[in-house]
Amino acid sequence: MKQLFGRPNGLTDVLQRYCPGCGHGIVHRIIGDLLIKLNIRECTVGIAPVGCSVFADEYFNCDMIQPPHGRGPAVSTGIKRARPDCIVFSYQGDGDLAAIGTAEIVHAAARNENITIVFINNAIFGMTGGQLAPTTLPGMKSTTSVQGRDIKKQGYPIKVCELLAGLDGPYYLVRTAVNTPKNVINTEKALKNAFVNQIENKGFSMVEILSMCPTNWGMTPVQSKKWVDDTMMKYYPLGEYRNRAKEEK
Amino acid sequence: MSEKKLMYGNHAIVEGVIAAGCRFFAGYPITPQNEIPEFMSIRMNEIGGVFIQTESEIAAINMLFGAAAAGKRAMTSSSSPGISLMQEGISYIAGADIPVLVVNVIRGGPGLGNIAPAQSDYYQATKGGGHGDYFTITLAPNSAQELYEFPKLAFELAEKYRNPALILADGLLGQMMEPVEFTYKPIDPDTLSEPSYALSGCKGRDRRVVRSYDLKPGKLEEMNWQRLKKYQKIQETEQRFEATDCEDADLIIIAYGTCARVCDAAIRMARSDGHKVGLLRPITLWPFPNNVLAGMSKTVRNFLVVEMNMGQMIDDVKLATECRSKIHFHGRPGGGVPTPPEIYEKIQAILGGAR
Amino acid sequence: MTSEIIIAGFGGQGVVSSGIILGHAGLFEDKNVTFFPSYGAEMRGGTANCSVVISDEPVASPIVASPDVVISMNEPSLLRFEPMVKAGGILFYNKTLIKSVPTRKDITIIPVEANAIAEELGQGRIANMVMLGALIKKTGILKLETLKMAQRERFTKADDEQLSLNDRALERGYELL
Repeated sequence: MKQLFGRPNGLTDVLQRYCPGCGHGIVHRIIGDLLIKLNIRECTVGIAPVGCSVFADEYFNCDMIQPPHGRGPAVSTGIKRARPDCIVFSYQGDGDLAAIGTAEIVHAAARNENITIVFINNAIFGMTGGQLAPTTLPGMKSTTSVQGRDIKKQGYPIKVCELLAGLDGPYYLVRTAVNTPKNVINTEKALKNAFVNQIENKGFSMVEILSMCPTNWGMTPVQSKKWVDDTMMKYYPLGEYRNRAKEEK
Repeated sequence: MSEKKLMYGNHAIVEGVIAAGCRFFAGYPITPQNEIPEFMSIRMNEIGGVFIQTESEIAAINMLFGAAAAGKRAMTSSSSPGISLMQEGISYIAGADIPVLVVNVIRGGPGLGNIAPAQSDYYQATKGGGHGDYFTITLAPNSAQELYEFPKLAFELAEKYRNPALILADGLLGQMMEPVEFTYKPIDPDTLSEPSYALSGCKGRDRRVVRSYDLKPGKLEEMNWQRLKKYQKIQETEQRFEATDCEDADLIIIAYGTCARVCDAAIRMARSDGHKVGLLRPITLWPFPNNVLAGMSKTVRNFLVVEMNMGQMIDDVKLATECRSKIHFHGRPGGGVPTPPEIYEKIQAILGGAR
Repeated sequence: MTSEIIIAGFGGQGVVSSGIILGHAGLFEDKNVTFFPSYGAEMRGGTANCSVVISDEPVASPIVASPDVVISMNEPSLLRFEPMVKAGGILFYNKTLIKSVPTRKDITIIPVEANAIAEELGQGRIANMVMLGALIKKTGILKLETLKMAQRERFTKADDEQLSLNDRALERGYELL
């Protein structure tokens, strides 16, 4: 009997401990596939963040490193400059990338560092229990904004693609989502671009992925997918914010 | 004898780092060590190494983490406030058992302090520095020659024990010029073998993971106990010091780095007046040279600790001598540098005036 | 023998260069040397001084508390460093720019028209070279020829014309005493 679908060799056999309906597993699966399809698994070094996906170092079937919170882009820079032949990706959540690691992501982008950033935006701190993230929407409830995010007190969310698009440095900036099959396919295309850009020495590529966190949003998985469509995408529009490959054509 | 060259201490570090086969530097400007990144940027460009001026010291130490985890010799330099910022990264690097070299050209503190020479980061360097149970191997050079030689030693110790290593200098050592003799053949980095932990892509081998965490019950405790064994081994085998005129001494001065130089001059004054004074210069501040001090304390009644701080080394001296002897102190915190006459005065006060 | 020297003046008077030239020269004559600069936080126009130790022994302290020799290039540095000269030591001062008269009786005081001579040679900024010439003649710690070599080690980008001018300034200082 021919097997048509299975776990790609880009992922380990370790059981992933994500909540039902969480988007991390989908993104892991896409990356695991790409490591094989692009034949880069054996030259890749991945960076696991601090947050729910801290265990990514157990899940991806390639060399992995787990650095301090937010410092993925700096660690990626160190690895890539020390071993330019390696493919380096940094997997980061919104607390990691857009709060504590803001300086590192901005400067890696400004340097057009030849690395791939996978940015999971689920508008909340997941692992620590649902606190306000830099991406939490206005009015959205969290355990540190129980009345909802008050822009007078907590300010506005950070739109990372738009922020980085203000820089001359980055090569590729795109926002996708993983809440529907169509969006998952688009995310795979974007991530493929982001890895191919690095293989071709083009420079800094980041895929921002709107992702579900039903547990901390207080929703069912189905409700959370709909919420990404109805609410998140209004604040964080999908699309390419920079694609120098197209500009160069 | 090979040719000597008059060099700034900060330039001697750069030549030492490059001769040690290091081709990766990341750092952020801060006085009084700016000559290191400036000269490093020129030298790395000449030899095809990596030089990155970072957005912060936090980024710098994490770039080192990446480069060193990738199996390459990597170093950064900074001065006190910048080293404080690096402590998070150093803790992770220590927790992941990765060797790196960090040079601290200490300035006056706390806070912004000043840019004058100081030794006030002794506690930070020798008691861990960041969070968690760990130590960093800490070397204290006292000349441009040692600033050239110690990077190689630091990398060798760091790699032997898979542990971060620090070199503590100060603004005076860094900005002083002295003759340097290039005493060893530069190491070709391509001849250094790939370490067992190196992240380089898993072709032909099992994948590798570099991390400082483990949430499995009991596992982190076990990792810490293993690390303690490593630290005990370092303490047993790597204590380094220089003892001068100690055999017949009534008083032994304990000082490192710049202070050791100043004390050396004071001791020459004292000796020429007939006082029996010696100098014990710790070269490794961690591991502290306990063994030699324990031996000395059986016969020597007076020790004088001289530091450019409020007396941070006194604890270590008291522990090493098991409080058998009297420990005196002369210090200059906040960027003050002692002079030979002021130390000689202290010597005379302890020994009861000129003979 | 050990000579502890302090050279002091305004930033831009070649104080640091003078110290480094003495350092190179000491090394050329196989002596032990240290050079340590000290300047204000300003990039330009502040005061500058440096300590140089030249010795047949390994140099202990690079910090000079009571110098055997002081070269004072301007008024403020004379006020600051005259009291520090070791009894029996030597104070060279730039008589062109310093109006005060040193008062110590227990040291040798040598006025040098450093800037006037330098201007005569066509370049005020080589007053430091005139001073160095005077210094080595009076103290005998280094040879004139070594100093000429040492200034070439310091000014690697200078053209031959400038280097010869520096040599003449060294010679003029040397011939003064």
